Amino acid sequence: MPAEIYLNVAISGLLTGLVYGLMALGLSVIFGVVRVVNFAHGEMMTIAMYLAVALFASFKLDPLLMLLPIAGVLFLLGYAMQNWLITPFINRPEHAQFMLLIAVAIIMVNGLLIVFGPDAQNVQTSYSFDSFAIGPLIIDATKVYAGLAAIVVAAALFAFFKFSLTGKAIRACADNYTGALVVGLDVRRLYALTFGLGAACVGAAGAILVLIIDVTPPLGPAFTLLAFIIVIVGGLGSMPGALLGGVLIGVTEALAGLLFTPSAKSMFAFAILVLVLLFRPEGIMGKRAS
Amino acid sequence: MMGRLTQGVPRRILIALAVLLAVLLLAPWVANDYVLTVLILILYFAYTGQAWNIMMGFAGQLSLGHALYVGLGAYTTAALYVHFGVSPWLGLPVAIVIAAMAGAFIGYLAFRFGVTGVYFAILTIAFCEFARIGFDHFRWVSGSSGFFLPVANYTRNDLWNLRGSPAMFYYVMLALTVVAFLICHWLLRSRIGYFWQAIREDEMAAKTLGIDTFRYKMIAVVISASMTSVAGMFFAFYYNNLFPEQVFHISRSIELILGPIIGGIGTLFGPIIGAIVLTGLAESIFELLSALGWTPPGARQVFYGVCLLIVVMLLPDGIWPPLARKLGLDKSRDKTER
Amino acid sequence: MAALLEVANVSKNFSGLRAVSDVTFAVPRGVIFAVIGPNGAGKTTLFNMIAGVFRPNAGTIVFDGERIDGEPPEQVCRRGIGRTFQLVRPFSGLSVEDNVMVGALHRRHDVTAARAHARDVLARLDLFDKREQPAGSLTLPDRKRLEVARALATDPKLLLLDEVMAGLRPTETDRMVDILTRINRESGLTILLIEHVMRAVMSLASRVLVLHHGAAIAEGTPQAVVRDPAVVESYLGAEAL
Repeated sequence: MPAEIYLNVAISGLLTGLVYGLMALGLSVIFGVVRVVNFAHGEMMTIAMYLAVALFASFKLDPLLMLLPIAGVLFLLGYAMQNWLITPFINRPEHAQFMLLIAVAIIMVNGLLIVFGPDAQNVQTSYSFDSFAIGPLIIDATKVYAGLAAIVVAAALFAFFKFSLTGKAIRACADNYTGALVVGLDVRRLYALTFGLGAACVGAAGAILVLIIDVTPPLGPAFTLLAFIIVIVGGLGSMPGALLGGVLIGVTEALAGLLFTPSAKSMFAFAILVLVLLFRPEGIMGKRAS
Repeated sequence: MMGRLTQGVPRRILIALAVLLAVLLLAPWVANDYVLTVLILILYFAYTGQAWNIMMGFAGQLSLGHALYVGLGAYTTAALYVHFGVSPWLGLPVAIVIAAMAGAFIGYLAFRFGVTGVYFAILTIAFCEFARIGFDHFRWVSGSSGFFLPVANYTRNDLWNLRGSPAMFYYVMLALTVVAFLICHWLLRSRIGYFWQAIREDEMAAKTLGIDTFRYKMIAVVISASMTSVAGMFFAFYYNNLFPEQVFHISRSIELILGPIIGGIGTLFGPIIGAIVLTGLAESIFELLSALGWTPPGARQVFYGVCLLIVVMLLPDGIWPPLARKLGLDKSRDKTER
Repeated sequence: MAALLEVANVSKNFSGLRAVSDVTFAVPRGVIFAVIGPNGAGKTTLFNMIAGVFRPNAGTIVFDGERIDGEPPEQVCRRGIGRTFQLVRPFSGLSVEDNVMVGALHRRHDVTAARAHARDVLARLDLFDKREQPAGSLTLPDRKRLEVARALATDPKLLLLDEVMAGLRPTETDRMVDILTRINRESGLTILLIEHVMRAVMSLASRVLVLHHGAAIAEGTPQAVVRDPAVVESYLGAEAL
């Protein structure tokens, strides 16, 4: 095979990987602050994807334009989940939290199944078949827009945590829970806000991803797993790590699909996960756990 | 042996258990096929729940990939039967060894490299996914197109080859569940059971009391994996078809651990109560929705999820611990506190 | 007869910081030996090296005639060293008796024999009546004694106690002192303790080692040590005299 094909596939994987990274960023933010593993993460993304599909089918609204409203809806969902469902579970053992979120995930997957049915759905925009030719490379326009959108949303989130007062307060909560309580931060509200932000991330990622991938209800659990892999590979709690992990997994999957059979794609993602768990458990960009 | 087994157990509990066992033994004579199927399902989940509970409930190691051991047991016994005509009971030791080795391998990697908690759970998922993809391409057992056991109309039950009526499968599963219960009961009250619980509660403190925690965690994984693989044999010969996509799917692993968590993790009766409640719940939701004539795909699971949510929120320790307190059993040696 | 525990020229660094520096001492059989020193003097680090949590950067630790430095905690316990933690770590979900059972099963394979031993130890620690309570529901003094009971149940030749008096009221301290004295006298158990509560040290220990900034600055009888000018200056100050 000529080298351009590899490069084409790798770039396509990289752009998709940026969207994966944005999705994983949501999981990382939630875990980094609230210390709860969101086992319904992929399911929340499929909700966003179906929202985008429905808006497009009914009103011809482009998912990229709907990115903010969809992220907003998911923010509210995340805020509500944290505030009413998860708060009582904050100090419960891991398996209890797992159980709670599995129940939520089951409800989400099957709720979508009732509303939208089992068939794959997608969005065909006017630019679905456009592409950019750069030298010998041909890159899907859709994927370029998707990758750019993911970078913009991620950058906005970075800026929020770095510069805004609320973002700083949330980071303080993550670093020192007791300290945050002592200085009078409203931890419960900040946690809900964080969960909302994580959900907004995954909502934005869903709105973008629907341009690239067909959506079906059972996609949820698969994406939950993928988000875990990315976050652990990149480094739990590290925001750049999530993006980097997303890109790494995106490129690996794309190349593995080309070199081997597409069905073996996730095997390579899991192989990377196992290697990272064994030899660099803190992840590529993570700090050594205490 | 019997004396040691029943020592310290209140008499009324022994009587209740005896009555329950008698009812279960007589059930096939009165129950119709549907009820029998539901009972088999309950016993199946009670069995696998107990096997998983050894690892998580007793020794504190959260596995979310137990479908791996079910699948290895199922594929090993089924392949030996289909290709060589080996009785599942003779194939079973082979299956157990394979599952135990898989468990030992994962355990060794995790415990030697210090992979714990959520990370350990995700590692177990990863290996289950490896198996799923691997079996998808495993020609000898027909890969992703599915592996089938020959089905015919059997004039009589062939226990040796596990071919026969639901009643036979029922008794097999009942026997397995009872044996698993006795094993768990014995393990929990033995030296190893105390060491496991110490590790579950605080691994560092367990070490300073001289416990070789690596060794005991390994034993927990190996026993749990071995027992789970036996359920795999049942699965293969009861359902007669195996698809990697279904057998090794993460939802298999999850449905297997819901029972013990809902019932009460780390307790002896929790996995059994959990299996009864969850299977009963799923079936009654199905019946209810059918009666109402509203049966779109997914409806059943949504109600199931809602019920699950309510149970988790209302009973943080699961069903058994508060029930045990109500029955005045909290001083029994059944470790209910978590 | 040689000392039970011989610590020779032991040092430990944490990322360049010297936590324990060239410490040497010996604990004879059958005595109660105390290590004192201000916070951050390296007492707990020293303990953790003896108990197998840390490997020393230099020096040797010999227990009962054999080198044990660098061995893992479970091996150290097997050789006959029991320990408690400064911040108690009971198995909260288990009953008091089952906590002690875990220790008792260390040298006993039979559960019934271990239970008898556990109850015996519980009685010695005034915990017998509370044996069916979950360990997590005990008060701090009870948890401290449970910690001692659990370590004692492993039949150690040497018991390491890491600030078992800390946080106890004076009456509770006296009770603990009585219990430890009785155990030492009745069974001849050697005890090495880290302690802040000087009252307890003075009445318990027959020998005291003083650590300061990771180094041993004095060793001797409690009476001699508290009069040592170096100790007075660096640690005890005016308040103790």
